[in-house]
Amino acid sequence: MTSANVDPAAAPLTAASAGGSASGRRHAGLTRRLVPYGYLSPTMLLLTVLMVVPIVMVIGYSFRDNVIVNKNPVFAGLVNYAKVLTDADFLAALQNTAVFISVSTAAHLVLGLTFAMMLNTKLLGGITKAVFRIVYILPWLFTIAVIAVIWRLLLDPAGVVNYVLQTLGLIQDGVSWLGEPGTALWAVTFANIWSGYPFFMISLLAALQGISADLYEAAAVDGTNWLQRFVHVTLPQLRPVIISMAVLDLIWTSQQFALIWMMTGGGPLNSTEMLSTYTYKQAFSEYEFATASAAAVIVLLLTAALAFFYVRQQREQ
Amino acid sequence: MAVRATRWKRLMSAAAVAATLALTAACGSGGSSGSDGAAAGGPVTLEFAQWWGAELPAGEFDKIISDFTAQNPNITVKLLSAPYASTKQQLVTSAASQTLPDVVGLDGAWVNDFAKQGAITDLSTLMTEANYDPSQLASQVQVADKTYMIPVVNFVYPLFVNKDLLAKAGVTSVPTTRTQFLDAAKKISAIGGDVKGWALPLDSAVPNGVQNDVMSWLWASGGSMLQDGKPNLSSAPVKSAVEFVKNLNDAGVIAPGSLTMKEQDKVEKFTNGQVGMMIDSLAHINLIKKNKPDLNFEVAALPAEDGYTGERGIPYASWGIGISDSTEHKAEAFKFVQYLLGKDVNAKLSTIANGFPGNKNAAPDLNAGDPRFKTAFDIYQQGYPANEFVGLPKSEDLMRRFNEQLQLVLTGGASVDDALATTQQSWSAVIG
Repeated sequence: MTSANVDPAAAPLTAASAGGSASGRRHAGLTRRLVPYGYLSPTMLLLTVLMVVPIVMVIGYSFRDNVIVNKNPVFAGLVNYAKVLTDADFLAALQNTAVFISVSTAAHLVLGLTFAMMLNTKLLGGITKAVFRIVYILPWLFTIAVIAVIWRLLLDPAGVVNYVLQTLGLIQDGVSWLGEPGTALWAVTFANIWSGYPFFMISLLAALQGISADLYEAAAVDGTNWLQRFVHVTLPQLRPVIISMAVLDLIWTSQQFALIWMMTGGGPLNSTEMLSTYTYKQAFSEYEFATASAAAVIVLLLTAALAFFYVRQQREQ
Repeated sequence: MAVRATRWKRLMSAAAVAATLALTAACGSGGSSGSDGAAAGGPVTLEFAQWWGAELPAGEFDKIISDFTAQNPNITVKLLSAPYASTKQQLVTSAASQTLPDVVGLDGAWVNDFAKQGAITDLSTLMTEANYDPSQLASQVQVADKTYMIPVVNFVYPLFVNKDLLAKAGVTSVPTTRTQFLDAAKKISAIGGDVKGWALPLDSAVPNGVQNDVMSWLWASGGSMLQDGKPNLSSAPVKSAVEFVKNLNDAGVIAPGSLTMKEQDKVEKFTNGQVGMMIDSLAHINLIKKNKPDLNFEVAALPAEDGYTGERGIPYASWGIGISDSTEHKAEAFKFVQYLLGKDVNAKLSTIANGFPGNKNAAPDLNAGDPRFKTAFDIYQQGYPANEFVGLPKSEDLMRRFNEQLQLVLTGGASVDDALATTQQSWSAVIG
């Protein structure tokens, strides 16, 4: 057995040494904890500058009297919100936007699914499918400006659409599709459907190709017909993709501005006025930046509600 | 552990706020224009945002700018050229954030709003400081008796007439009165097919059809939509002009689709022979000739009310120029403005632009270009330039409000009296 001689004078040194080691460990621990934040900091900085600051500024503007034009704006409470929410033009824009996004999304889904199933079928050969794939995806390759010009020309009273319909005897006189308050909203919705279905089609085609053939074989062994397989195998398998796409499409379509602005400018008689065009006019035509901010915040809240459903749906998956 | 987490969160929050403020301050301290050469007498770069370069023959505007740099080696002008609509959007946002380029191309319709925001500077002071004689200027756009914009080139909007369609319709002379115009429009529309007598663009995205194609009827008969600077839309001349447009619509002589028709659609339909007559900018002569060289058309004064013998107002638009209030190089910027408004340069610019000079002493070469240019110059000299929207606050918004009511009239949703009363009320809230 050995005995240890402990020098009392050395005790404090040992304690100090132990303390230094603990400090070093804390420092190392802090450094280790900071490293991930260091990696994240560029992204956080960009998000802060590009997202958080503008959003906070717009929210701040919406609670003041006319900002930007007025050099010394003061707090105005909810006046701007009250003004926007009681404006008949805003309510018309809200209604038009609801029709525009719901019809567009439903049509995107139906067309996208139909074309995706057609491209996924075994009844067509590889070359035929490739040709159709190119044809169907074409609208997605055009920019919004080109789409607006194409459809303005096609829907002109002296344009191709009227010519075809008159030749087929479906209409007697040329219709001003974009110039009539009764048809303008449906015309721009149609153009939006045309430009947006390929994204649905591609996504659903990928999802269709991911469904196991075993499921169809098992269903066939059970004696199901095509419709039963579609309803009980295909749709349930596509459900997560369909819901995600639908929510995303609602969000994207609600922000559609360029197509409306270039095709009708919100007219005639506000029949195609959307929340986006309304907000733009408030800011850049009336120079009412505070009410424009209030309208933008309302749009943000509506979009955030949709985004909430999207995130929740993604979590469930 | 919880304490440490809270402390850490606080640390991160403080860091984020500090970083944001630092970055924002860095962005904000860049100055209004990004100009170089702050030192007095040193080289200076002026940024000049405009849409003119995009509308002139390729390279022509660059030559004019190069000549300025050759004469003023210490001043470099950087052109920021974009189409009209893009320039407007860019300037509106820049004005709001006090970051306008040093020199800006302006439309008279924007001046009031920019001046009230303090985005453009008072040119009267700069003219005094530079001992510039303003009497040589054809016009100035003022707000509260101070000049904020000087028109460099003016473009008039005469009546364009397709002579072949007129002859085909059996109309022997270009209409000079409203009755003759209605009659000619009816006869042209009777040709059939897609051909109509007149085009009326009332698109709400850019509602300047109200200014160019509707109010022009009022101004051509010496009328005014204002009285002592306030709206006077219930007056008999305004009502008469709007009723005339309604009569044209009721007679079915307006090209269909007018409620969402854009200015370029109007020009296209005229060029394609689908419309016999239109009111349009002289600047579009080149475009029409380029797209259809054999189109047989001429320009004429706008028809006036029957029996009217006074001077006829002719609508115009300008390539105006202004200077940012926040630029550090106001003197150099005004030197550039002076150069563009100089007798010879202004004449040259007006000639290549098919417009009329902003300097009264400048003489554009009327024989160098299209002969219609000379005809238009005669019309311009016989009448007077008229555009009451120039200098008004929120002028585009005023046009849009009028446009909405006019659309109601044309679709049977309101009477002329009700529409004008409603517009009078909404205009009064802005300029009352």
